[in-house]
Amino acid sequence: MAYALQQLINGLTLGSMYGLIAIGYTMVYGIIGMINFAHGDIFMVSAFIAVTAFTLLAAADVSSIPLALTFVLIVSIFFTSAYGWAVERIAYRPLRGSTRLAPLISAIGMSIFLQNTVQLTQGARVKPIPPVIEGGFEVWSTPDFTVQVGWSQLLIIVITVIMMFAFTWLITQTPFGRQQRSCEQDRTMASLLGINVDRTISFTFMLGASLAAVAGVMVTVYYGVIDFYIGFLAGIKAFTAAVLGGIGSLPGAMLGGLLIGLIESFWSAYLWAEYKDVATFAILCLVLMLRPSGLLGRPEVEKV
Amino acid sequence: MSTVVFARHQVTATERFRDAGWVAFVALILGIPLIGLTTVDGGGALEVETRFGVLAIFVVVSFVGRLGLRWLIDTMGARKLERLRDDSNKSAGISPVKVVNILGWIALGASIALPIMYSDNRYVVDTATTVLIYVMLGWGLNVVVGLAGLLDLGYVAFYAVGAYSYALLSTQYGWGFWEALPVSGGLAATFGILLGYPILRLRGDYLAIVTLGFGEIIRIILVNWTEFSNGPNGISSIPRPSLFGLDFTRSPAEGEQTFASFFGIEYSPMHRLIFLYYLILVLALLTHAFVSRLRKLPIGRAWEALREDEIACQAMGMNTTNIKLSAFAIGAMLGGFAGMFFAARQGFISPESFTFTESAIILAIVVLGGMGSQMGVVLAATLLVLIPEFGRNFSEYRMLLFGAAMVLIMVWKPSGLLSHREPTLRLSRGGAAINDAVKEAAQ
Amino acid sequence: MSTLLSVRELTMRFGGLTAIDQLSLEVPASKITGIIGPNGAGKTTLFNCLTGFYKPTTGTLRLNHPDRGEIRLESLPSHRVARDAQVVRTFQNIRLFPKMTVLENLIVAQHNVLQRASKFSIAGIFALPGYRKAEGEAMARAGTWLHRLNLEQFADHAAGDLPYGIQRRIEIARALCVNPVLLCLDEPAAGLNPRESAELNELLLYLSGELGIAILLIEHDMSVVMNVSDHICVINYGRKIAEGSPEKVQNDPHVIKAYLGEDDEDEASGGIAA
Ligand SMILES: Nc1ncnc2c1ncn2[C@@H]1O[C@H](COP(=O)(O)OP(=O)(O)O)[C@@H](O)[C@H]1O
Ligand SMILES: [Mg+2]
Repeated sequence: MAYALQQLINGLTLGSMYGLIAIGYTMVYGIIGMINFAHGDIFMVSAFIAVTAFTLLAAADVSSIPLALTFVLIVSIFFTSAYGWAVERIAYRPLRGSTRLAPLISAIGMSIFLQNTVQLTQGARVKPIPPVIEGGFEVWSTPDFTVQVGWSQLLIIVITVIMMFAFTWLITQTPFGRQQRSCEQDRTMASLLGINVDRTISFTFMLGASLAAVAGVMVTVYYGVIDFYIGFLAGIKAFTAAVLGGIGSLPGAMLGGLLIGLIESFWSAYLWAEYKDVATFAILCLVLMLRPSGLLGRPEVEKV
Repeated sequence: MSTVVFARHQVTATERFRDAGWVAFVALILGIPLIGLTTVDGGGALEVETRFGVLAIFVVVSFVGRLGLRWLIDTMGARKLERLRDDSNKSAGISPVKVVNILGWIALGASIALPIMYSDNRYVVDTATTVLIYVMLGWGLNVVVGLAGLLDLGYVAFYAVGAYSYALLSTQYGWGFWEALPVSGGLAATFGILLGYPILRLRGDYLAIVTLGFGEIIRIILVNWTEFSNGPNGISSIPRPSLFGLDFTRSPAEGEQTFASFFGIEYSPMHRLIFLYYLILVLALLTHAFVSRLRKLPIGRAWEALREDEIACQAMGMNTTNIKLSAFAIGAMLGGFAGMFFAARQGFISPESFTFTESAIILAIVVLGGMGSQMGVVLAATLLVLIPEFGRNFSEYRMLLFGAAMVLIMVWKPSGLLSHREPTLRLSRGGAAINDAVKEAAQ
Repeated sequence: MSTLLSVRELTMRFGGLTAIDQLSLEVPASKITGIIGPNGAGKTTLFNCLTGFYKPTTGTLRLNHPDRGEIRLESLPSHRVARDAQVVRTFQNIRLFPKMTVLENLIVAQHNVLQRASKFSIAGIFALPGYRKAEGEAMARAGTWLHRLNLEQFADHAAGDLPYGIQRRIEIARALCVNPVLLCLDEPAAGLNPRESAELNELLLYLSGELGIAILLIEHDMSVVMNVSDHICVINYGRKIAEGSPEKVQNDPHVIKAYLGEDDEDEASGGIAA
């Protein structure tokens, strides 16, 4: 029981990060209907930016953790959203209006390109940083197992909740959110009504990249090591999460992320850790077969 | 056909410089975290190292590059407009079909002559063999993606099934290449149906992600199920194919002959490479003939119709389930054959050869080539294998170039390099039958 | 006059919306039955139920197939409705295979016959005589319809590149290649000019009169429906509100009300007949 509680906490932490990345996938899919395959690598870039920023701070002897975190988050969000913007501008915008496959291939190319750029410029070795936030607190102690919540885990969950609120507010309450939603429903109509569709799409990419940047910083804080390859698996799992939750649905992406995180941590704890990715994909297949539009997605009935 | 030609706004020098300046600024922002700064291992802890010199070069190159590119695009655009103006009243010259056909014959001739011309150049023959493997894979995937329009991101799974079934059959049970060929293909096709069945209802991107997942599942199983696949260490000493029982070894086995001794020539390791090259060439050509023929049969037209409109297919009484499964099965079988050849050529396979990147490359070949175009696959496979080879001297740039090439080609030609579609049949060819029918109807 | 299709108390609900409500209808063999009604009345939904794209909530659809006896359409998947029951339809929003040529569209429609002849593609790959014969016949049938519908000059053009009116004709030709006993046309005259409509009338009369194909015709163009239909059924809000000969339906007060609201009866009858 205590062990299961621990897995629950670990799963939620992991799931929060997947969820944040998944939102980027789902928003982009919602607005231009493509899988932004490079999104996982945007997340990876943000983790590298975070490592550099943390190292800079350590060199400058900044010891206040809140200050350091705020700085790293801002820096990472700034540069990562620049990457999000550039990827859209270079690889996707010229392909708007062509076949559905063209941007997908371009995105896969972009993903390979980013991965190798980072490998070349930052090195192929793993990057360890000293723990930023140490320790935690005990929630529950039984004779044979103690449930621990790390401060970093708590931080990740709290930041995710804050981001979710901020983000929901942005989408539902602000003019940008309104434009974003209108472009999602009908881009042609939105542009006829004077909405700058290009800018809205660029903004969507930057927003998605910002959330990925938050996830990137958190991964760096939580695990303390990263490498240029983390984007691939995290990206695929986050996309799986988005599909599981129902692609196009923002709460769905978060829910999907949490579910994937939970499945992964429970599966690893009780079954075979080496097959945890198989479990993720198998569950995805099952869900899609039984509910092709995902958990919270609106079913797509094709009118004939 | 007449084309309306608009006058073009002349771009001023200031505009060009402002544009390039903006690009340079973006390059600077993007460059700071990855190029300008890096972390290095400074004895235990990381230290930040600056490379502002490199960053400056990067920014300047971006600026100049953008200026040049803009200029190129503008002049090319202007020239194209000129051409359009000239052609407005004329009809087009040679048909693209003819050009592609001629190119095809040239390519065939070149591929037959290549090992003769480079019979002592191991590198060329090896690279050409790799190109042909990708061509064959591209032709196989073309059935699924290009013709049937089913987005498959896990094609490498079938490649792996083919490779591992031959590797296991030959090392565990002593099967030869030729006996194992149908079994490997059949197994791969079975996997195609197994994967296809549960995901028949999915469309588009859902299909993509599930097939991707399937590819990863196969790879993860190969890595972890060591008793079966020998895990990450892979399977080695896979026997090479023989030519009608003649091996390509230095000294013959007991009571047998080698290729060299049979023909009374001196042994050379190149013989085997050249044989392997011709083997894959034959396999690829057979694949091509098979797929081209299928395309002109009811099944092939049904695939294309499925890609165009699934609902209309059903309204015409077509069982779309069977059509999809047949596409998956045949695509998978061809992938299996290619995988089997791969195992036999390398003599060693491990799960590392069957990663998602491989699937992405094959899909890229199909899409870059122009969906459904057989010649396009050849062109794209050649480009995608050769472009990284140009960066061979700095091998770490290979995949970087590869990724960049994928993006650039796609942006340049979104519908693929050869997007022309040749009809599977024409009215004029129906000839007599049609005329009779028409007469009958007229009476 | 024998009944080919009898629809009994058909109901189709989408969540809270009842698109078809207890609809009963008899479709005679070798005749043209017009279905009219305002937009959203449930006409296309009726076709979707008939052809297996929607599963009706309740009700039965019995087809008296001339060769195969009674077939219950509501239990068949869409491809079997076309293949086994030979009930073939066109779509309100044209659904051709746009990148394929017109001729290919017509050959694809004969897929089942050709596929059987190709014996799992083996006879096809080797171009065995049996397959070649089937292919020749398929070409001949396609040629006949191309000729009859005046499409020969477009045969080798990509279907999606052709003008709207021609695409409508191609869709009908393609449906005819499936060899239907009941042909369901969903607004075939939409977007046609008057001359093309007149040609359509002639074609429909030929199909039912000469070839004995029963036709269910959804159409808003009264010059088509009123001129060719033997029998008309008027639907509004998923219910049948009137039925009978064109003359009878034209003067039915319920119909006039459904189309033009409560008042203006004089103008209304004029409007419908126009
Ligand atoms: N798949 C569906 N899901 C929900 N509502 C539907 C669906 N198909 C049709 N409808 C509704 O049923 C009603 C009848 O539509 P339809 O049959 O297309 O009308 P029409 O008579 O103009 O062809 C409309 O209100 C339409 O919105
Ligand atoms: Mg309708």
